[in-house]
Amino acid sequence: MAKELLKGNEAFAEAAIRAGCEGFYGYPITPSTEFLEYMAKRMPQLGRAFVQAESEVAAVNMVYGAACTGKRTMTASSSPGISLMMEGISYIAGTEVPAVIVNVIRGGPGLGNIAPSQGDYYQMVKGGGHGDYFPIVLAPASVQETVDCIILAFDLADKYRSIVHVIVDGNLGQMMEPAELPPMRELPKEPPEWAVTGAKGREPNFLSSIYIDPADEEVTNIRLVKRWMEIEKNEVRYNELMMEDAEFAVIGFGTAGRVASSAVRAAREEGIKVGLFRPISLAPFPKKEVEEISKRVQRILVVEMNSGMMLDDIVPLVEGRVPVEFYGRMGGMTPFPDEILDEIRRVSENKAPVNGNARAEWIARLEKIVEEGK
Amino acid sequence: MTAPAKPEVKVVFQRPESFTDLTTHYCPGCTHGVAHRLIAEVIDEMGLREKTIGVAPVGCSVFAYKYFNMDFVEAPHGRAPAMATGIKRVLPQNTVFTYQGDGDLASIGMAEIMHAAARGENITVIFINNAIYGMTGGQMAPTTLPGMTTTSSPFGRDVELTGFPIRMSEMLATMDGTGYIVRRSLHDVKNIRKAKKALFMAFETQERGLGFSMVELLSSCPTNWKIDPSKSLEFIAERMVPVFPLDDFKVNPELTKKRA
Amino acid sequence: MPVKGWIEVDDMHCKGCALCVSACPQDVIALNMDRLTPKGYHPAHLIDEGCTGCAVCAIICPDAAITVFREVPVHSKKAPESA
Repeated sequence: MAKELLKGNEAFAEAAIRAGCEGFYGYPITPSTEFLEYMAKRMPQLGRAFVQAESEVAAVNMVYGAACTGKRTMTASSSPGISLMMEGISYIAGTEVPAVIVNVIRGGPGLGNIAPSQGDYYQMVKGGGHGDYFPIVLAPASVQETVDCIILAFDLADKYRSIVHVIVDGNLGQMMEPAELPPMRELPKEPPEWAVTGAKGREPNFLSSIYIDPADEEVTNIRLVKRWMEIEKNEVRYNELMMEDAEFAVIGFGTAGRVASSAVRAAREEGIKVGLFRPISLAPFPKKEVEEISKRVQRILVVEMNSGMMLDDIVPLVEGRVPVEFYGRMGGMTPFPDEILDEIRRVSENKAPVNGNARAEWIARLEKIVEEGK
Repeated sequence: MTAPAKPEVKVVFQRPESFTDLTTHYCPGCTHGVAHRLIAEVIDEMGLREKTIGVAPVGCSVFAYKYFNMDFVEAPHGRAPAMATGIKRVLPQNTVFTYQGDGDLASIGMAEIMHAAARGENITVIFINNAIYGMTGGQMAPTTLPGMTTTSSPFGRDVELTGFPIRMSEMLATMDGTGYIVRRSLHDVKNIRKAKKALFMAFETQERGLGFSMVELLSSCPTNWKIDPSKSLEFIAERMVPVFPLDDFKVNPELTKKRA
Repeated sequence: MPVKGWIEVDDMHCKGCALCVSACPQDVIALNMDRLTPKGYHPAHLIDEGCTGCAVCAIICPDAAITVFREVPVHSKKAPESA
């Protein structure tokens, strides 16, 4: 199939359909609504389930129900909606059923705004729901990569009976970009053996996250941790740009990583030996790779559209081998390539850090930038 | 040769096939057990067991799944109708029912039940109304009677401060998406028989695709009402029925016709 | 002659709630105060002749603990065919 000009959210929805999604349950919220609108049209055409739920709470529990039947199912929402879904997400994780959840992240906290942000990093990557569980989190940076990640998300969800979050932002959701959609997958003929489908000719199946005896719950927790270690071993994904000979590394994911790639190319033209490392799987995080990078570059610049949440994951991996610096925009602001280029230039001067606290130094710089911009 | 005139023995009553052998965790005299058994009997008699998926709630009946010999899932508190929706929409040929208490259905799950009914989800809801939160130890429920003492209305439910009991069946019957909404009681044999008939009608509603069906069952909670099991049944008849009248609130006329 | 019936109460399920005792139209069920079930309840049992197998006790029983039997009167039986 040839590349065509596709609109983010709609392409993502079509990708989900082609991956075999048989049930979509959602609630309108900007900037993810086109996803739901597209599903409202396409799913009934294919004889598949679409429900506009009364709330995100209901939507995620519909996903939970459908997931228990072994059918591929998903929802798409945006930050405040994802907060409401956290109850169901925890239950889905505890029940060990597969589900895909797309979060088109917007500025926050609270009602915030509808502009692109990465402020949900902690909520997504660290779990967000109650209890001991590990979600898989994929953070693509283009329409094509998101299409691919959504297909992958369904495969990983099934393989590990896990929650898979695909996090994007309004930039990607609204973007028109040439991309290629995969062919339509055939739907499976038989449900998985654990699914509830009616106990015909077999013992009844029961799916729940309740383990009233703490000893049983612990056995479940052990299973979840071991599964997660398996995921950490097999499912790390990332993208590198001009990292082979890099003396300086920029690390950024999603839109921030994408903007940084322009800045890195511009810096290369100025002769700065800088490369970009862009994690695609935020969970599992490419820990080994970041460790390796910190052994061969002189300095690392982390770029995000939040207050340095991934930074907090990177600093311990670097173990003080090289200085780690940070640049971020927040509240729905997207950094310009020039801003990041300035940061790359500054980092490449390789001056001693002022006090070694990347966040404190950044917030002082950012305050000035915001002040000057007024 | 003629058989000897030995009387034949007939089993008049035994545990339904859709019931597992487990002893329930319910307190002695709690009518949850009666409701469970009626559902199991109806599912057996209608031959639905092998295609039924039950949705258990949070509350005393959180372990309902253990007692039914059929596929089951366990929903978050109040979300059973949403989960049932998710299941039914991808498996429309299966029979899907939820079993919910008054806290689950009429308080935390109010939005989910109302909208499942409004959408006309082709599912069956069994609503156990015992006017109290049993599992957490006897707190005031949305269906607690005015003046009734609970651990969170220790001086009796003061309607000035805490409002009035909610009549779910009456409210749900106003929804066009519903096919069958009735209230029955489990306080004596006559009413239990009527309740069973209603459950049959509710599942029939689903089998015929006539929309959302619900049977509200007035049920006892001897432990948290702090009265013995027999007196608890009297409490239902004397105190609950006047507030929650036993009636048919919505019956799709198709149901009274013979199946084609 | 009245119909003869009897009940069997499953010790595993009976919780001694006594709803069958008060519901029995023949007044022939009581809790057995001389026995405890494995779960520590005094189980229901028949105390007298007169059970008709009407199943009222089983219908009110919240624990499906009661199996009800009834003798089918001989006169109502069709003559069995010869073997």
